[in-house]
Amino acid sequence: MGGTLIRAVDNVTLTIGDGEFVALLGASGSGKSSLLNLLAGLDSPTSGTVVSGGKDLSRLSRAQLAIYRRGTVGMVFQSFNLIPRMTVLENVELPLRFAEVDRAKRLDLTNRALARVGLSGRLHHRPVELSGGEQQRVAIARALVTEPKILLADEPTGNLDSRTGKEVMDLIRDLNRSSQMTVVLVTHEHAIAETYAARMISLADGKIVSDVANAKAAASRGDA
Amino acid sequence: MKLYDSVELAARNLREAMLRNSLTTLGIAVGVASLVAMLSLGVGLQRMASRHLKSSGLFNTVVVTSRRDLRAFNREQETSGPSAADSPDLDEAARQKIAAIPGVAEAYPELRFITELRYDDKPHLTMVSGMAFSSGDSDSLEGMQGHFFSSDVAHEVIIQKNFAAELLGRAQPRGPEELKASEVGGPLLGKQLIMRYNERIASSNTEDSASYSVIQREVPLTIVGVTELDPDSMRGAMRARVFLPEKLLESIHPMQAFDNRDATHATSAEPSYSTLIARVSGASKVAEVEDAIKKLGFNTFSILDASKSMQRFFRILDMFLFIFGSLALTVASIGIVNTLVMAVLERRREIGIMKAIGASDQDVRGLFFAEAGAMGLLGGSLGVILGWAIGKIIGIGTNIYLRRQGFPPDNFWAVTWWLVVFALGIAFIISLLSGLYPAARAAKLDPVQALRYE
Repeated sequence: MGGTLIRAVDNVTLTIGDGEFVALLGASGSGKSSLLNLLAGLDSPTSGTVVSGGKDLSRLSRAQLAIYRRGTVGMVFQSFNLIPRMTVLENVELPLRFAEVDRAKRLDLTNRALARVGLSGRLHHRPVELSGGEQQRVAIARALVTEPKILLADEPTGNLDSRTGKEVMDLIRDLNRSSQMTVVLVTHEHAIAETYAARMISLADGKIVSDVANAKAAASRGDA
Repeated sequence: MKLYDSVELAARNLREAMLRNSLTTLGIAVGVASLVAMLSLGVGLQRMASRHLKSSGLFNTVVVTSRRDLRAFNREQETSGPSAADSPDLDEAARQKIAAIPGVAEAYPELRFITELRYDDKPHLTMVSGMAFSSGDSDSLEGMQGHFFSSDVAHEVIIQKNFAAELLGRAQPRGPEELKASEVGGPLLGKQLIMRYNERIASSNTEDSASYSVIQREVPLTIVGVTELDPDSMRGAMRARVFLPEKLLESIHPMQAFDNRDATHATSAEPSYSTLIARVSGASKVAEVEDAIKKLGFNTFSILDASKSMQRFFRILDMFLFIFGSLALTVASIGIVNTLVMAVLERRREIGIMKAIGASDQDVRGLFFAEAGAMGLLGGSLGVILGWAIGKIIGIGTNIYLRRQGFPPDNFWAVTWWLVVFALGIAFIISLLSGLYPAARAAKLDPVQALRYE
């Protein structure tokens, strides 16, 4: 067949507790994004299990995985992944359509999510009309509109300058603290992980090379 | 995702690639239009034929013949049922039985003979027939000048307009300008016509029941009506152009063409009839009455039989028209497949995003189905209007051509409500079927791969 089997995530055993803020660190190709996709239920492991909230994701059907994705996790991406022809409001509302939430309730939840990320004034703009930081905040609003337990962020600051990157990360930390939302952050920037994550897991070639508590971020938690 | 949301998102997606989707929708419209045009031609031709059949005066009559008789309208019947020798005679007793069948308004013998009529002292030879007094409201008398018989034994006569022209010594007009009954009615209504005929007088010798004598007689008749249509047209070459009240005709015992033959084969003292006409009280009862008469052992012929072979013809014609019409629709459906497959490719990333934020395979599939269905319904509606317009234009064109060729114009086109519903339904179903493959392809996309796609 000519294909070579690549073990993107190899023999990883990992437990993340409720409300934790975990950073997955590593160079590109280390398997951190693949691990995130497994947690998101976007991908299934060839062997082993992924258990989330008591559910073994590797044994769920495609339809059940879709329900898991729309109810339990919210995702934020490096390239924002907003749908360009939809307005801010429509982008944030989209997951609620899949969840078959009533129209009136949908508007309410959408407005609340946008207020939470500080974007109440730009509901009818299209993503291209917003700055990178604003787009990422829309993406975060979309991720939290269904009030998920877990927020999965894949290099959320990768396309942002350091100032807006900090704003976005502050927002994510607020969500982690105020809503007890579990956050799994994929990043290759050590500094960001150190500032925000209470636990730092480093990967290389699909394997965990270190898993340490970050006293500095854990300590700053008390300050908030 | 709820249906309403799918439709809303689909409408939005369709608007986004406006030109491409409009062209695809136009393709469906042309396909549906060709289907509608073809089928409405079929329906129109069928209606035209029915119209002609209706005006033949056969609409609520059942023609009854004995199985012993050679002449039959309905060849199919001769191969089933009792043999000719075992079947009953069509005599007075049979007439009473037929008249007693529920739904039969009147049963009378068909009298029909060629004879001479004198008008203005000039002889004219034509076919004469009886017309039932109850047929005054028949469709075949539409547009008649004058009035119907004043009684069922009145010495009155209704003539067909072409015979009227002949009486007046007028040449038949050629070409598209058809003769109007009103042109020839005026000078003839109220005038006298002398009919010469042979009276058949049954022999007084009861031993020799079938023999008779013949005496030539003349009877004066007043022209009361000139018909616009041809009330007896179903008889083809045998059709009458002069009609007398049926009771009157019966009472004067005109000699019939088959009387000679009856003299050789009659088995009873009573006269037997070659053909009886049963007038049914309503067209809807024709089938029942026909069945009841068949059970008595006679052959029958009605509009149902006349239209049966016609319907078979039109069934086949419709099928061909449908196949040709569908070809364009098939091409259009390929257009839908193409458009949607392109859309799936273009929107790979978007599909990946939707899946990542919670869309199920079913949601994605539904979205593409909704797009296909919307194009189908839109194209279908447009196609029905287009098809109707094409039909109108071709209809007008055909009539101009017909008029030039010397034929009267007619209406070939009919867009019925069921045709509209059918066309819309077909367009919708075909577009959904066309959406099957692209939708399945979109639903199966792996979100991780799709998200990586730039």
